[in-house]
Amino acid sequence: MKLAKSIEEIRSDFPILSTKAHGKPLIYLDNGATTQKPLQVISVMEELYRTTNANVHRGVHYLSDRVSDRYEAARETVRAFINARSREEIIFTAGTTASINAIAFSFGERYVGEGDEIVISGMEHHANIVPWQMLCERRKARLKVIPFSEEGVLDLEAYRSLLSERTRIVAVTHVSNVLGTVNPVKEIVAEAHRQGIPVLVDGAQGIQHGLVDVTDIDCDFYVFSGHKVYGPNGIGVLYGKAELLNELPPYQGGGDMVANVTFEKTTYNVLPFKFEAGTTNFTGAIGLGTALDYLSALGREAVAEREQVLLAGATAGLSAIEGLRIYGTAPHKVSVISFLPGQIHQYDAGMILDKMGIAVRTGTHCAQPLMERYGITGNIRASMAFYNTEEEIEALVKGVKKVTEMFA
Amino acid sequence: MNINEIQDQIVEEFAQFGDWMERYEYLIDLGRSLAPFDERHKTPEYLIEGCQSKVWLYPSFENGIITFSAESDALITRGIVALLVRVFSGRTPAEIVGANIYFIEKIGLRENLSPTRSNGLLAMMKQMRLYALAYKSKQ
Repeated sequence: MKLAKSIEEIRSDFPILSTKAHGKPLIYLDNGATTQKPLQVISVMEELYRTTNANVHRGVHYLSDRVSDRYEAARETVRAFINARSREEIIFTAGTTASINAIAFSFGERYVGEGDEIVISGMEHHANIVPWQMLCERRKARLKVIPFSEEGVLDLEAYRSLLSERTRIVAVTHVSNVLGTVNPVKEIVAEAHRQGIPVLVDGAQGIQHGLVDVTDIDCDFYVFSGHKVYGPNGIGVLYGKAELLNELPPYQGGGDMVANVTFEKTTYNVLPFKFEAGTTNFTGAIGLGTALDYLSALGREAVAEREQVLLAGATAGLSAIEGLRIYGTAPHKVSVISFLPGQIHQYDAGMILDKMGIAVRTGTHCAQPLMERYGITGNIRASMAFYNTEEEIEALVKGVKKVTEMFA
Repeated sequence: MNINEIQDQIVEEFAQFGDWMERYEYLIDLGRSLAPFDERHKTPEYLIEGCQSKVWLYPSFENGIITFSAESDALITRGIVALLVRVFSGRTPAEIVGANIYFIEKIGLRENLSPTRSNGLLAMMKQMRLYALAYKSKQ
């Protein structure tokens, strides 16, 4: 599978990649935290504010109609991108965190009571831990955690044994933001469904690395952020099966989510509007649609293949450094590599790499329980995107070697 | 030497380095030569937790003079900790409270103290002043 554009063409689509950091060419390997935006996304945002700004679904006037059409077109783009059955199953939110909180609240209100159980995994980002803990506190429910192996593979046998008649929902990440592991979400969903338990999949690190088909996975909820998939920040998606979303109470009240309001009784609007209270981030949604179109045009499978090549290069190069440990060696990984060179503190290494123009993430990556599992206070994470090059990976490996010399 | 004389001395030491690499190597050396920290004081009470690196700060107050000992789990942070101890330790509370700290900016390490870098250093400086204020009010 070949990318539709050459690497030079791709890089020129992302103006920020020609930045100089501390006088050196920027090597951006922090794509797991946020991705850069192509000109196509940047210019559509600007164009919207210049030519097509009005509130959506409110006016009968020309501009409102035009922007409402484009907003709904973006919803259709998202639907097609994740292969959802209908556009009413696509809710725009502020991001992954907002989507998970929405479900933890609405689902919790409707279905979770004292003594009930919620199953998550040990490799979750704080965003897929804390909202469930808060729910457990409100409802006196219990959180159950699926363990994982040293390599970073979920223990499916343990998972099966955690499911019980008290389990109300399973919430697992599609891809670990630290280990890069791609979890067998289809299998996890099938197992839960055998017992009638719905599953939320956190797609924050899954959506940008190839094909995601929510119909095939058969998950009940799939959530992700726009900014991690080359779109703007402040926009995200909550996919939910219509039959479930229809059962859930709204989590925010306000304009546009209502059908009829009197001081005695308010009735709610239909999907997806029931879950989109207030003026939505319609510019963000249209920008996200543009980003998804960009990826589709480039070739999503080709993007994934390209990233696997970069991952293999980084893994080989870093593994060759004496004393360096890699966290996450699952057979099925995305282009994320976490490591620690010898006894060097991640913050020290990150600071020196930064001075070389190399942007990596250091710390716990919002996954403190995972760090505890490995008995470390944090590590260094390089996360590659299709616009990174072999030369950049070489520079990373060289940079890490230099760091090990400096702290030897 | 007063606080400003020590700050000027540090600025002079760093002026001899040509590039960032040498500055950081010097910081690493300073970090390595920081006086050992009493393990018994590695308790939550003396921990200043940053997201990126941890810093411990232990004060003692005798004959009107504050002595600080400190520690960090990251070596570069430890180097900067060593500089802060050099500036603030062995001073009266009044000197610390009234100090204007400019050496960090002048040696090009300001980014290490920005509030967005949650490495515990900014919190450590604040904590040193808070201890000084507390001891001052006891005098």
